[in-house]
Amino acid sequence: MPQGIKDLLGLRDLPKEEIVEILDTGRSFREVLERPIKKVPTLQGTTVVNLFFESSTRTRISFELAERRLSADVVNFAASGSSVSKGETLKDTARNIEAMKTDVVVLRHPSTGAPHFLSRLLKSPVINAGDGINEHPTQGLLDMFTMREKFGELKGLHVCIVGDIQHSRVARSNIFGLKKLGAEVAVCGPKTLIPNYLEQFGVKAFYDIDEAIRWADVLNVLRIQLEREAGGDFPSIREYRLYWGINRSRLERSKKSIVIMHPGPINRGVELDADIADGNTSLILDQVTNGVAIRMAVLFLTGVKSS
Amino acid sequence: MKIFLRNARIIDPSEKYDGMFDILIVDGFIQEIGGSIGGNPVNHEINLRGKFVVPGLFDMHVHLREPGQEYKEDIASGIAAAANGGFTGMAAMPNTDPVVDSADVVKYVLDRARQSNLVDVYQIAAITESRKGERLSEMKDLVEAGAVAFSDDGSAVTNSQVMRLALEYSSMLDKPIIQHCEDHDLTKSGSANESPETIKYGLKTQHHVAEELILNRDMKLLEAFGGKYHATHISTAQSVDLVAEAKRKNLPVTCDVTPHHLFLDDGLLSAYDSDYKVNPPLRTRGDNEALIAALKDGTIDAIASDHAPHAIHEKEVEFDAAPFGMIGLETTVGAVMTKLYHEKILSMPQIVSLLSTNPRKILGLPIPAFELGAHADMSIIDPEYSWAVDPEKFKSKSRNTGFKGWKFKGSAVGIINGDGFYFSERLK
Repeated sequence: MPQGIKDLLGLRDLPKEEIVEILDTGRSFREVLERPIKKVPTLQGTTVVNLFFESSTRTRISFELAERRLSADVVNFAASGSSVSKGETLKDTARNIEAMKTDVVVLRHPSTGAPHFLSRLLKSPVINAGDGINEHPTQGLLDMFTMREKFGELKGLHVCIVGDIQHSRVARSNIFGLKKLGAEVAVCGPKTLIPNYLEQFGVKAFYDIDEAIRWADVLNVLRIQLEREAGGDFPSIREYRLYWGINRSRLERSKKSIVIMHPGPINRGVELDADIADGNTSLILDQVTNGVAIRMAVLFLTGVKSS
Repeated sequence: MKIFLRNARIIDPSEKYDGMFDILIVDGFIQEIGGSIGGNPVNHEINLRGKFVVPGLFDMHVHLREPGQEYKEDIASGIAAAANGGFTGMAAMPNTDPVVDSADVVKYVLDRARQSNLVDVYQIAAITESRKGERLSEMKDLVEAGAVAFSDDGSAVTNSQVMRLALEYSSMLDKPIIQHCEDHDLTKSGSANESPETIKYGLKTQHHVAEELILNRDMKLLEAFGGKYHATHISTAQSVDLVAEAKRKNLPVTCDVTPHHLFLDDGLLSAYDSDYKVNPPLRTRGDNEALIAALKDGTIDAIASDHAPHAIHEKEVEFDAAPFGMIGLETTVGAVMTKLYHEKILSMPQIVSLLSTNPRKILGLPIPAFELGAHADMSIIDPEYSWAVDPEKFKSKSRNTGFKGWKFKGSAVGIINGDGFYFSERLK
């Protein structure tokens, strides 16, 4: 029997053993997804609420599929058009839903720490589906799962995260998780998009993408949020594409095979060219498939404890 | 009305009285001080053996929220909190609704405050109209109405020309400009200090240089154009250096620090509890140490709480959405006695300077004296009283303190302010 976890708030404070347990559990659910009937009765009678205070397609569908494939009952809540637009607080929204006897809460929220705040207020386990600029732990886990699938082991693997590190919860969950499992982690992007003090995590910073490519086994390319250009955090999309965009000529110059990942949604032709995103070194669609398996694992391990 | 204090250990900055004395207060004035005063009947006789009697404590930076936000605090509840915390006087910041930028609002506040004879409330008026940092408020008229200083607290005056004008105009009135030092372009929406510690927590941050830039600029303006300047709630090691350097040049500058910037650090943000969300943000342990050292060497002139009440429903939200600020009137003395007196960092006379005489001098107010015939204005401190901070027991309307759960040794146990007096249930 798996031990189970109370909440999944982030990878920062999650012990290495629990990360490994989730990744290992994910492997058995990955197999379920290859079966003709992709459904198991594991969470029958368990009700999962997806509380999404930020727009999301991929993460929300991935969680919902994971929940349904575990036979959980699913309730979806989106902030727009809800009691939130009438001024209800997060505390009231969550406690009211819990009072209807739900079991697990999946929360996506634009404010850092919102899942931690909810976990103090609720008896239900809380799964962080992305909070502010802090963490996106299931994305970090599915990225690690995908790298493990490809390389067997993470120890010693060179992973470079490229793009807006400063505002990326994906980058942070990757850094916390990968370092715990022994990978070498670097980041690359314009200096204005890379936070100070990263060196304390043992993370190296590149400002030159060609150097980063020479160093890396895996490039985890982040979406450049177009509003950052408007905010003046870097000069222009044009300049970003010229100096940090991942394209064929840049990869060919390095004369080595390098694995490409991206958490989506992609700005094709900005941070990543279409032929590379769809090319044979891309693991992007594997990430998406694995996302369902990892979320099944997380739901299983938290849902087990709650029921 | 006669109050007879027996066996009081007077901490008197004039050093006239050292040791145990009896004090007889009649109708709000000190009638007798002596080694042992014999006994006519009195209304209250209190044995203060083991307690300190000090000049009435003064908090020069509080938010009383009246007018406009009485659900957080009002003048009456603020006075009750101040009395319970050992203060006989305080100065209220003008960021109310409406802003205190006209004589009428000053008069309204002072009139409301006069309904209590317990704690003296002074009003600080806005430097600029609506605290927008654009046009000077009617400073002379505000002083006529009773304002004791000027501040746009909560915002800095970032426009250098406006700041120059404020210093020059206020110098004519001999009132200090109190600056909240923050370069708002640089801090943007940051709600935590930018440090190796907070980078772990994924919060939007602001860098300490934002405070130092404004302070540094203001020292240049002060040197060039004169005026009287007070930096409130300084929070960084480099701000201390800037003030020390300006004092070496004999510039008319003073500053204060809050107990939370002295004793709390940014590691407390790990759980995203908005009671620790303040502006300036909690800084590093290194900053705590530099600030404490600056109390010892006299670079920092005063300790002020920046008492900033917010209702529970305002703080019990996502960290980003919560307002800045924590309350302090009822924890300052406990924190200072525990961390500075008992740890032998400061002596009682030094503490009295920081919490009573210096802030009064900065604002040009009379200093309480232990003299025959003087207006009685004193606070009583029990240095040994042990207690745990329970926000539910505060007299303030609000509960937002970062010292919740702390164990303190030392507490204010009463005040006497003219014919007003308050003795806490802690006074035994």
